[in-house]
Amino acid sequence: MAMKVFTANRLSDGTVVYIGPGDTWAEVLDHALVAATAEEEAALKTRAEAAVKARLVVGAYAMPVTVENGAIRPASVRERIRAAGPSNRTDLGKQAAI
Amino acid sequence: MKIVKEGAPVADTWTHVGDEAELPDGGAVIVSLARFKAERDALMGRNAPLGLRLASHEPPADVAEDLGRFEVVALEFPVFRDGRGYTHAVQLRQRFAYRGEVRALGDVLWDQIPHMLRCGVDTFEVADDFPLEAFEEARTVFSNHYQPDTTGRRTVFELRHG
Amino acid sequence: MYRYDEFDQAAVDERVVQFRGQVERRLKGQMTEEQFKPLRLMNGLYLQLHAYMLRVAIPYGTLSAAQMRMLAHVARKYDKGYGHFTTRQNIQYNWPRLVDTPDILADLAKVQMHGIQTSGNCIRNVTSDPFAGATADEVEDPRPWCEIIRQWSTFHPEFSYLPRKFKIAVIASEQDRAAIRLHDIGIRIVKDAAGETGFEFWIGGGMGRTPIIAKKIRDFVPKAELLDYATACLRVYNALGRRDNIYKARIKILVHEMGLDKFSALVDEEFARIKGTVALPEAEIARIRAYFAPPELPVLPATSTAFEAKKFEDRAFRDFVRSNVRPHKVPGHAIVSISLKADGIAPGDATAEQMDLVADLAERHSQNEIRVTHEQNLVLPHVRLDDVHDVWQALKAASLGTANIGLVSDIICCPGLDYCDLANARSIPVAEAIQRRFADLERQHAIGGLKIKMSGCINACGHHHVGHIGILGVDKHGQELYQLQLGGSGAEDASLAKLTGAGFPPDRIVDAVETVVETYLGLRDGDDESFLACFRRVGMAPFKAALYEDR
Ligand code: HEM
Ligand code: SF4
Repeated sequence: MAMKVFTANRLSDGTVVYIGPGDTWAEVLDHALVAATAEEEAALKTRAEAAVKARLVVGAYAMPVTVENGAIRPASVRERIRAAGPSNRTDLGKQAAI
Repeated sequence: MKIVKEGAPVADTWTHVGDEAELPDGGAVIVSLARFKAERDALMGRNAPLGLRLASHEPPADVAEDLGRFEVVALEFPVFRDGRGYTHAVQLRQRFAYRGEVRALGDVLWDQIPHMLRCGVDTFEVADDFPLEAFEEARTVFSNHYQPDTTGRRTVFELRHG
Repeated sequence: MYRYDEFDQAAVDERVVQFRGQVERRLKGQMTEEQFKPLRLMNGLYLQLHAYMLRVAIPYGTLSAAQMRMLAHVARKYDKGYGHFTTRQNIQYNWPRLVDTPDILADLAKVQMHGIQTSGNCIRNVTSDPFAGATADEVEDPRPWCEIIRQWSTFHPEFSYLPRKFKIAVIASEQDRAAIRLHDIGIRIVKDAAGETGFEFWIGGGMGRTPIIAKKIRDFVPKAELLDYATACLRVYNALGRRDNIYKARIKILVHEMGLDKFSALVDEEFARIKGTVALPEAEIARIRAYFAPPELPVLPATSTAFEAKKFEDRAFRDFVRSNVRPHKVPGHAIVSISLKADGIAPGDATAEQMDLVADLAERHSQNEIRVTHEQNLVLPHVRLDDVHDVWQALKAASLGTANIGLVSDIICCPGLDYCDLANARSIPVAEAIQRRFADLERQHAIGGLKIKMSGCINACGHHHVGHIGILGVDKHGQELYQLQLGGSGAEDASLAKLTGAGFPPDRIVDAVETVVETYLGLRDGDDESFLACFRRVGMAPFKAALYEDR
């Protein structure tokens, strides 16, 4: 199975977030939990659905990632841009903080 | 389900009768367009109030000649996005000068009520927990409007000139 | 410019209160996202890739200095210091928080602005000619009619849940600077033999997945019947437009599938029934027209010595005048376009500081008026020739003096995959790379008028179907790929661009564009033959050969 991370946008401000450890939704992809098995994915999915219901986030879904030297890398260009910010403006989005 | 009219729940004297179900003896029933067409003569002659239910793709023009026979026309909103019912309500009121009850049923949302009222819907069939507050808000949310509508209130274009 | 009266102000203020309530209900859980979405969309609030996105209407592209300053204020206070001017005379903010949007809309309402119907399946922001009221070639100022349509379409009870979005554009000259033939309804104001104002109606144009050029449905709708006729068109569409497939739901498909004659007959039938019901009193037309009375500009000598002298002395200024300055109907004045296509900036983006500067210039030099164009630029419509040089100096100091209007680097470009949730590929970096390739202004002027238009997906927000050169980003097995199209036009000679062939990867698309341009330069019949004219004369074959044959 491809490794996956669950992502969504936070309801209150739209920020891109990822399911992290414990009860958290992380703003940084590196802090996301990676599901490597179907069971892990199912567990994250349950958490994602609960968070949608609890109005923490909207539009939660799973996205494929790879892990290289401990760093999580989204498989798609779209998710790489979501995780970083606009590629034409490196002063904006999450990349700005790095 | 509850029936709301002029912002308040009212008793429902009508029964929706399915296409296969037997008609009760007497009593007010609402039937589909298909059933009405199939059993037109019997229904027209039936000695009890009659209502018609129109799916969103069924324009009132399909039964123009018989509209006078119905005390209720119930317009279905299968999903809130399907806005054909607004045009059908306007047609009922304006083109066909229909005076009976126009009832909205199905996926009716809080914020759609003001529009529906303006298009000529006067009765809503909604879930029991549908907030009545929505009907209150619908009456006050906008104090004026730019377009003529079935309520006959004067438009902003007209109000500006006395 | 139009100014709200108490009715207009109340409508916008009440809308803010309504939306505040909707946001509250959403946050409290009295509404699901599915139910909330159409409501927020009808106030211009999307959820995009990185965050929410708020689209604010600039009705028919006209702004006052105070309104522009408010747009700057919103960018600074609630966003990240900039905004994106779009092809539909809107501005988009890319980073607002949901919880702030009622306050943003309340701030905007203070200067008579809003996000009403900037999205959703309703009648959208009415667009118009950015040169309206300033250009000599119009039969009258189209904006009073736009304002009438704006008011009539606002919170329309019957037409808020149409099969799909509905876009109306209005112009009043032969030359089409608003792409009316690519709108659901395009209106051109004309005069009949008696000098009476009326409307030529075009219907069923649009871009997206299935681009179609509008068809003329009526030569002359008398002015008193404008709203009756529009109502008839909308009513037929609302009842019969397809709702089974979102890609076939626009009116263009209905008209296309049904045939213009049949559609037109249904509209006529309805029109005959309702004629006179959507009252538009003569006094109301006069009232709205009065707001658009031309500014009292002094009639000056047609040539300004100061202006001519500066042109003579300064080559860069000469270039600016050549591309960005157009004649005004009042002698001694000019229409000055401000390019939002500077090198290295996403096309259409402006910072809060730039917006403030443009507001200052409008106040000092342009009768307090600013326009927004569908080509994602700004316009100062009423500048004295004597002042153009000063205006240009001030613009230049703020990186707004680029002399490229209508040239290769004046690219229309949607946000693409850098911002947009629906995108298949990035568009901004490609636009920037093309601008870099053609950075030499002399070369651009030598190439002449050439409109490149690019979209990051088939929705065609960047008008690629009507670009002289159109670029469409697609996703091929997870890789960005760019299709090239040639020969489109969104103007009065509207045509749809044709695909050249296989797409190009990101590292080859700029070369491909350059190949097209070089091929044109080799083929053109003298310097005056534009790219479009040349393409129409020689056809696709030589371009195809140049692009693909020596691969
Ligand atoms: C970033 C958020 C945006 C989203 C989600 C979005 C969505 C869409 C969609 C789905 C369509 C296709 C409609 C159809 O085919 O029926 C469309 C068309 C269009 N959009 Fe956008 N758009 C966005 C931004 C923009 C921007 C930034 C511009 C201007 C630069 C723009 C201008 C247009 C235009 C001119 C069309 C073509 C209208 C037509 O088909 O007739 N949009 N948009
Ligand atoms: S064309 Fe596609 S990618 Fe570009 S803004 Fe529109 S929807 Fe987004």
